[in-house]
Amino acid sequence: MNQFINKNLYGDYGDKEQATGASGTHSTAGEWPLWEVFIRSKAGLDHKHAGSLHAADAQMAIENARDVYTRRMEGVSIWVVESKNIHASDPYEAASMYEPANDKVYRHPTFYNLPDELKHM
Amino acid sequence: MNQLLYTLQIADNALIIGHRISEWCGHGPILEQDIAITNTSLDHLGQARSLYQHAADMFNALSAEQKNALFTSTALQNKINKGENIDEDDLAYLRDSWDFRNVLLTEQPNKDWAYTIVRSFFYDAFNFYFYTELQKSKDSVLAAIAEKSLKEVTYHLRWSSEWMIRLGDGTDESKERIQEAVDNRWAYTGEFFEATEADKAMLAEGIGVDLAGIKTKWMERVNAVLEEATLTLPANNWMHSGGKECRHSENLGFVLAEMQFMQRAYPDMEW
Amino acid sequence: MTVHSFQEHFDAKIDNEVMIEPRDWMPDDYRKTLIRQISQHAHSEIVGMLPEGNWITRAPSLRRKAVLLAKVQDEGGHGLYLYSAAETLGITRDEMYDQLHTGKAKYSSIFNYPTLTWADIGAIGWLVDGAAIMNQVPLCRTSYGPYARAMVRVCKEESFHQRQGFEIMMTLANGTDVQKKMAQDALNRWWWPSIMMFGPNDADSPHTAQSMRWRIKRFTNDELRQKFIDVTVEQARLIGLTVPDPDLKWNEERGHYDFGPINWDEFWNVVKGNGPCNKERLDARKKAWEDGAWVRDAALAHSEKRKARKENKEVKEVKAA
Repeated sequence: MNQFINKNLYGDYGDKEQATGASGTHSTAGEWPLWEVFIRSKAGLDHKHAGSLHAADAQMAIENARDVYTRRMEGVSIWVVESKNIHASDPYEAASMYEPANDKVYRHPTFYNLPDELKHM
Repeated sequence: MNQLLYTLQIADNALIIGHRISEWCGHGPILEQDIAITNTSLDHLGQARSLYQHAADMFNALSAEQKNALFTSTALQNKINKGENIDEDDLAYLRDSWDFRNVLLTEQPNKDWAYTIVRSFFYDAFNFYFYTELQKSKDSVLAAIAEKSLKEVTYHLRWSSEWMIRLGDGTDESKERIQEAVDNRWAYTGEFFEATEADKAMLAEGIGVDLAGIKTKWMERVNAVLEEATLTLPANNWMHSGGKECRHSENLGFVLAEMQFMQRAYPDMEW
Repeated sequence: MTVHSFQEHFDAKIDNEVMIEPRDWMPDDYRKTLIRQISQHAHSEIVGMLPEGNWITRAPSLRRKAVLLAKVQDEGGHGLYLYSAAETLGITRDEMYDQLHTGKAKYSSIFNYPTLTWADIGAIGWLVDGAAIMNQVPLCRTSYGPYARAMVRVCKEESFHQRQGFEIMMTLANGTDVQKKMAQDALNRWWWPSIMMFGPNDADSPHTAQSMRWRIKRFTNDELRQKFIDVTVEQARLIGLTVPDPDLKWNEERGHYDFGPINWDEFWNVVKGNGPCNKERLDARKKAWEDGAWVRDAALAHSEKRKARKENKEVKEVKAA
């Protein structure tokens, strides 16, 4: 089954030949590695994926992220991760991964009917 | 008057190096760094604008006689004779090269990434200590500009220092290129610390920066970065000078011819 | 699952306006078409830096200089977002550059026209960015997730570009005789190339149907072109400039402007490489890339050295312990 799945991970260069089709000459030699950029837009919020970029090392990746992704004051904190280090779930296991949560509504606070007079809960 | 000339010294440095760096936009070695270096150019331009606005205010407060004596370009004289106030653009676009006070280093051509990095590094290191001290200026406008600019300059210095190290401690080719650039641009660094009349007067009044005082710190920083970059300073310590006294290299004329073209060809118009 | 059921699953997502993400299965043609479209778009941003970049050093005021510099820089950023989106489809940026430099990949023909006066900077912002926005806003809802997200970012940043262009034109149109002449001259030269930016007529655009089906194109070329003409003609009138099309006429029945025939010979000629600046643009891109090679190599070499030194140090520390 797996041979039908085009495994195109972020930065997963090993599988990229499939996408370039007939060209065959797929090489990343000499190219600065790809990084994923996560930005905290203001204190108190989570870091959110903003995009990717190329940089020679982590330090440069942070600076490039600052120059590329925060030109309009979009951030107060930056994380960078080399794309090849991102591990992702398989979309074809989505059914087994996420659907079992669908019938567990009791995890959500609105599942419980409580009197309106009740305060501070 | 010295306060005005002093402000122009700082402003002209910012404008001319900002202009030079802006020539890279669209031609950088990689997209990410094209964007990065343009940010730097925008910072320099922003500093120049604040400083020119301050200088224009000081100029507009001068007597008619003083105004007439200060700048000789026909375009500016026409404006002054009409009794109009001048603004940031008049100072940038209507002064002739003999009224510009930037150090010669800033007008030197980009040549390649190595020469550009070396020029920025020497200048950023100077700017870092200069603005640090200028924050204490008795001229509150200058002090405020210094405080804002220092944040930008701190980042510039970090960026150019890292590139010095990358290129110095990179490949054989990059080392050769950056060492050549250091050797050729070194002779333009002495001028930072030469005190003009305006420098001396402003230091005495508590408005300006003690150049001798920051020279040691600058030298230490330069040596530290060069050491990490495995680079050396040239043995020849002879230094060019003249920019701060309005005597420029051939380069400035071309920079101004291009930069000022619109304002000179189509005078007195709104853009 | 079989290929067949993968295809069905994909089709169902497309039909239900569900986004396709990088790791999802997708038909080869969808992937190839997207790579072509996104990389062309990215190349257009990067090549598009050049005609406007011409005027950074000659901008007539410090404010205009800063705005133009920021705008051209934004275009670099947009190219970067788009290259990144294409990279999720399994092609590297270097490969895309190679396609550009060897002439295999196209970019928007408009950037092969020269910027001759300052007014051209106004005309590009107003017309070229205006036309681009027409195209780009619907793409924020395109079917491929990374592309749609890149476009959201692009559109957010683009909004000031067209405004600054129009502001330049408006200032010139309200200015002296020579400034008015400059503005009209720029409109005369940029109008038709801008109209052509939307691509060939629908009848001559064979891939449109498939691209619409895949939601990587959301309106046809002719629909977008008409929309652009309708709004832009009014804007020109507002500042007293004349659109250089004698056949331009409001058609009450259609509720649109009728316009004159487009010179498609010129369009195809420029696409084929015979435009006024095709060679200059490509040469400038190649030069920047080739001149930068030693810089990129040095940064990589330095990073390798640092890594090696760190590992060495760690090994020594372990031994010492």
